[in-house]
Amino acid sequence: MNRRASVILAVVVIAFAYSLPIYMSGFRLFQFTQVCIYAIALMGLNLLTGYNGQFSLGHGAFYAIGAYISAIMMDQWAIAYGWTIPVAGVLCLIVGFLFGRPALRLEGLYLALATFSLALAVPQILKYFEHWTGGSQGIVLTKPKAPWGLKITEDQWLYLVTLTVTVVMFVLAANLVRSRVGRAMVAIRDNHIAAETMGVDSALYKSLTFGVSAAYTGVAGALSAVAIAYVAPDSFNVFLSVTFLIGIVIGGLASVWGNVLGAMFIQFVPNWAQDISKAAPWAIFGIFLIGFMYVMPYGIAGAIKRLWISQVVSRVSQKQGGEPLSSQQAESPSR
Amino acid sequence: MDIFVQQVMSGLATGGIYASLALALVMIYQATDVVNFAQGEMAMFATYLAWTFMNAGVSYWTAFILTLAIAFVGGVVIQRVVIRPVENKPILTIVIVTLGLLVILNSMAGWIWTYLQKPFPSPFPREPIRMGTVVLGTHDLGEIAVTLVMLALLFVFFRFTPLGLAMRAAAQNPLSSRLAGIRVSWMLALGWGLAATFGAVAGIMVAPILTLDPNMMGGIQIYAFAAATLGGFGSPVGAVVGGFLVGVVENLVGTYVSFIGTELKLTVALAMIIVVLLVKPSGLFGRTHVRRV
Repeated sequence: MNRRASVILAVVVIAFAYSLPIYMSGFRLFQFTQVCIYAIALMGLNLLTGYNGQFSLGHGAFYAIGAYISAIMMDQWAIAYGWTIPVAGVLCLIVGFLFGRPALRLEGLYLALATFSLALAVPQILKYFEHWTGGSQGIVLTKPKAPWGLKITEDQWLYLVTLTVTVVMFVLAANLVRSRVGRAMVAIRDNHIAAETMGVDSALYKSLTFGVSAAYTGVAGALSAVAIAYVAPDSFNVFLSVTFLIGIVIGGLASVWGNVLGAMFIQFVPNWAQDISKAAPWAIFGIFLIGFMYVMPYGIAGAIKRLWISQVVSRVSQKQGGEPLSSQQAESPSR
Repeated sequence: MDIFVQQVMSGLATGGIYASLALALVMIYQATDVVNFAQGEMAMFATYLAWTFMNAGVSYWTAFILTLAIAFVGGVVIQRVVIRPVENKPILTIVIVTLGLLVILNSMAGWIWTYLQKPFPSPFPREPIRMGTVVLGTHDLGEIAVTLVMLALLFVFFRFTPLGLAMRAAAQNPLSSRLAGIRVSWMLALGWGLAATFGAVAGIMVAPILTLDPNMMGGIQIYAFAAATLGGFGSPVGAVVGGFLVGVVENLVGTYVSFIGTELKLTVALAMIIVVLLVKPSGLFGRTHVRRV
C-alpha cells in the first residue's frame, strides 16, 4: 500500500469512528471504547515485540500500573481525569525504561518468563499496599460527565475522549516507526550485531523501546480506569497479559492497523464464543485462536499484506509477459 | 531441627511434582524451542481421566497405568494434529496455539467434570512414618519414590535404547538426523507423548494434596517454569534438580521467613526466576548458546 492510500484509509476509518455515537449508545458504544483502549495497549506491546523483537508476557503489569496511577490520583487527590492520563504515561515510561535496563541481558524465552513473573507479581503487590490501592476491594470512581453543557451521555463523551487519545497515540506511533528511531528499532530486531556495526546504540534503543511501549500500555490502563470507573487487583491477572499477546499476534506483528484488528478480536470474539456455547465459551475461543493461526499464521494484517503483495507481483509479471509468481514465492520470511 | 528435616522432606515431595512437570517442559523445549503453555492443563486433563477410571471401579494402579498410556497417545495426537501444521511458523504463532490449547482443555474439563473440587485418592497408606521424633507423610515419601522411578526409567530409555538415541539426535541436529534416516517429525511427536506422560504423573501425584479441579495445575506450572529456569531450560538434569530445589526453598522460606507465610509463596518462585535470570540466565546446568554470525 502506498503512502497516500494508507492516509486516505486512515482518514475514512477515523471519520467513521467519530460518527459511531450517532448509531449506537450505551453498552455497544462502551465496547468500542474498550476496543480503543485495547488498541493503544496493543500498539505499545507491538512496538516492543513486533518492531523491536523483544517478547513480553507481562504488559498487563504496565496496564495495571497506569490504571492505578490514574485511579489513585483521582481518588486521593481529586485530580481531574484528563491530567492523570499523561502522568500515567510518563510514570510508566520511567518504570518501563528501568525494567528494560536489566531485561537487556535476556532474550526470547527468558525475557518472556521474566515479564511473565512481573505480571504474576503485580496483583499481589497491589494488594500489599492496601492504604493506597484499597486492597482487594479496589477503588470505586465516578464516571466523568460531558463538559461545557454538551447534550451527550457519559458513555458517548468517554468514547469520544478515548477515540481522540487513540488517534493521537496512533499517529505518534506511525510516525515513530517510520522515523530514524523506528528504523533503528527494526534493525536491532532483524540483526542487532549488524545494527550495532552501523552505529545504532542497541542497549539504549532497546530500553527506550521498552519505556515507550510501557508508556502506551500505561496510558491505555489509565483510560480503562476512567472508562470503567473501577479498579481491582484481580482484573489485572496474568490472563490480561496473555490476551494482549494474543491480540498482537492475531492482529499482525509490526503493523499499525493490526493493533486495531487485534483489539476487535480480543474484545468481540470472547462474546461470540459466549453466544455459541454457554457451557464452554473458552473452548470455543481456543478453537478460534488455533484456527486463526492455521489460516493466518502472520496475523490478519500479515495475511492482507501478503494478498496485496501477490496481487502486485502477478500484475507486474503479467505486464512483463513472464510467469506470475506464486504467493509462496512472494511470501517473505518476516517474523 | 525436626521441623527442618520435615520441611525439607515435604519440600522434596512437592519438588518431585515440579520436577516432573519441568522435565516435560524441557523435553519439548529442547526438541522444538517452544515452551508448551498447555503442559499443566494436559496434566490436569489426564488426572481427570484417572479420576473417572477410579470412579468406574478400576483399581488405583491399573487406572494409573491406563492414564499414562492415554496421556502418551494424547500427547502424540496433539503434536500430530494441532502443533504440526504450524511447526515451521514463527515461534509466537506456536506459542499462541499452545495458549489456545490451554483454554480449550481448561474449559472442556470444567464443562465435562464441573468446577467443583473433587477429592482424589492417594495410593499410599494414611499413617505417617515416625523416625525418632521426625514425622514423615507416607504420601510425600511415595511421591518422591514415584518421581525417582520415573526419572530412572527415562534415563535408561534415553541412554540405552536405540529409540532414545534417535530422539536425542533428532533434538540436537534435525538435519543430520534426517540424513541418517531418523524420522525427525515422529521423534518430536514421541517427545510430546513422553512429556504428556510425565505431566500426567505430576498431576496424579499432586491431586491428593490440592484436590482435583480444572485450575489445579496453574500454580504448579509456574513453579515448574521456575524449576526449569533455575536448572537451565536446555537441561533435563537441571529441570529435575531445579524442581527439587524450588520445592525445598519454597517450603523453608514459607516456614522460617515470617512475613512470607503461605500468601506470598508464589512471589518466592517469581523472585527465584528473576534472580536466576539476572545472575545466570542459562541456569545451573544450561549451556550458553554461542552463535556464529
